[in-house]
Amino acid sequence: MAKINLLQAINSALDTVMAEDDSAVCFGEDVGHFGGVFRATSGLQEKYGKSRCFNTPLVEQGIIGFANGLAAQGSTAIAEIQFADYIFPAFDQIVNESAKFRYRSGNEFNVGKLTIRTPYGGGIAGGLYHSQSPEAYFAHTPGLKIVVPRNPYQAKGLLLASIRDDNPVIFFEPKRLYRASVGEVPDEDYQLPLGKADVVQQGSDITVLAWGAQVEIVEKAVELAEKDGISCEVIDLRTILPWDVETVANSVVKTGRFVISQEAPLTAGFASEIAATIQQECFLHLEAPIARVCGMDTPYPLALEKEYAADHLKIYEAIKNSMTY
Amino acid sequence: MNTDVYSESPVVHQPAFIDGHSVEIPILKILKQDGSIYDNAVLPEIDQELATKTYKTLAFHRVLDERMVAAQRQGRISFYMAALGEEAASVGGAAGLKDQDMIMAQYREQGALMFRGFSLENFMNQMFSNEKDLGKGRQMPIHYGSNALNYMTISSPLGTQIPQAAGYAYGQKLQGLDAVTICYFGEGAASEGDFHAGLNMAAVHQAPVIFFCRNNGYAISTPSDEQYVGNGIAPRGVGYGIKTLRIDGNDILAVISAVQVAREYAIKEGKPVLIEAMSYRLGAHSTSDDPSGYRTREEEAKWQEHDPILRMKNWMLAQGWWDETQESALLEKLREDVLAAVKVAEKVAKPPVEDLITDVYDQAPPLLQRQFNDLKEHIKKYPDAYPFTAGRIK
Repeated sequence: MAKINLLQAINSALDTVMAEDDSAVCFGEDVGHFGGVFRATSGLQEKYGKSRCFNTPLVEQGIIGFANGLAAQGSTAIAEIQFADYIFPAFDQIVNESAKFRYRSGNEFNVGKLTIRTPYGGGIAGGLYHSQSPEAYFAHTPGLKIVVPRNPYQAKGLLLASIRDDNPVIFFEPKRLYRASVGEVPDEDYQLPLGKADVVQQGSDITVLAWGAQVEIVEKAVELAEKDGISCEVIDLRTILPWDVETVANSVVKTGRFVISQEAPLTAGFASEIAATIQQECFLHLEAPIARVCGMDTPYPLALEKEYAADHLKIYEAIKNSMTY
Repeated sequence: MNTDVYSESPVVHQPAFIDGHSVEIPILKILKQDGSIYDNAVLPEIDQELATKTYKTLAFHRVLDERMVAAQRQGRISFYMAALGEEAASVGGAAGLKDQDMIMAQYREQGALMFRGFSLENFMNQMFSNEKDLGKGRQMPIHYGSNALNYMTISSPLGTQIPQAAGYAYGQKLQGLDAVTICYFGEGAASEGDFHAGLNMAAVHQAPVIFFCRNNGYAISTPSDEQYVGNGIAPRGVGYGIKTLRIDGNDILAVISAVQVAREYAIKEGKPVLIEAMSYRLGAHSTSDDPSGYRTREEEAKWQEHDPILRMKNWMLAQGWWDETQESALLEKLREDVLAAVKVAEKVAKPPVEDLITDVYDQAPPLLQRQFNDLKEHIKKYPDAYPFTAGRIK
């Protein structure tokens, strides 16, 4: 067990897989000798050779197309898209190909061995093309799994599970926390379950849910609320697709109040999907309307990032409003 | 870093453009329409057994296409795509490969699958989307696929298989297999971004893939001169640093020869190859298309004179490997078999309702399972509205 940051945890997971699985290949823009623009693949080319960890040409649809073919062939394909903002040229390969490969062939073929890693999210002065959280676009696509870790321990365990899962997975990495989030991570191999939310903190008055980097913001808001004597249950959803309705519904049945926070814009974000399902599951237990605290319905700003973001104060207000409804 | 291109280039001191048509691409022809061989032409490796199998596959292909277009007209299947006039590209491609090579087709290459031995019943079950379809009745007719025969299931979006073929072949090479991937696409699909992505990925990462472009003159109604202004698709291969060959796509011996040589190169050098086969789509794009709206009978008649199947038949006759008695017996049997297979396949039940949710993931997630349980209750409530499945709900 060592204290490492989120990038080092990602690197450790990749190292673990490449050591045990000769068919595991990591590739993407600047992923080779340089180790990726964030250094997540640092040292892997030196250790496993150029044929298993390499730079690709600058073509996202080519990277994911190549990855689909490699995974269909039976190799473990781990593709990196340098920023989630640049995943859209590969949208067709992901939505029409990766997601439907098994279904459309009647299970003659599949790309279960595909994992797409991509840094997402704001709070880093990245403006509109280095800050987006595009998980909801992909959440509308049956056949994909979507996973978002909140800290180094979660990152290693969830990435190992994602790579070994027999379905294509998009693994969104909270880049604001790459170096900022440091924690104890076992050196050895371990996995955390996909499709299972994590109750980060037990509470009785209100349930507050988020995923990825937003969990930390929620925890800050909850600290303020607890000073006011509000007992908060905090849930990290961890897997967006398929998501853990049961854990969330059980919590809301207990607390009767529910706030969801996401970085992405409000309209048609994944928070909306959760709200719709939970009001159906928990209608008679709800003491207040379900609240969504999200980014605004604008492109991601630069100079006014602080005002735009679903920060801890906005979440704190939503918690108080729910309590006094 | 490679900046040699700067140091090794000849230097000029006035602007002198390279003309967009300056790359001259010769075209490989081996077999003449009358069945004779061009002088100095080198034949592919082909004996009587391979030639007979190839020819019988071509004959089967044409009979199946004719009968299934008719079946669509009669309303027995929803849709069909024939390959009239360009059957040599797919059948010859498979004949030049080994069984362990992966075939990633666009959609008009059922001939390659026929060559591999996909049964008539399998073709029919797919077209009738019945419960015996390997694809579980999920895709429109002609979207075949077979893991056992190394024929990747067809995907409707155009060109998506091109970068995938690069990745598939890369995996084959990484694992040291004696296998390559052939990737078919049309000159229309070569306009898609995936074409450019795929060729560059294969070239840079040295994947043993044979890119096989069927340039058949049309993308639905759009003629190739409205698709590109360059000298076809072949110069693009040169641009990506890929060994490139243009062939007469209606010349089965040229197709087999090109693919045999390409395979040998791809395995030995571990690099991709581009083959552009010049042909003509004599039939409609699909049964939903009518070419009389965009081209002339005269144009079609000119290409009918280049029929690839008749050309191979003439060669087979000249070789003494085939005769007219065999020909009429074969065609009669094929027509009977196809008609009989249609009658069987159309009576097979639709897939069970469970196949709505299988294979979306390796296992149906709880939320999907719940939706399925709700659906079953609904069907039980209104059984008359769902006659294919109501009687089989468990």
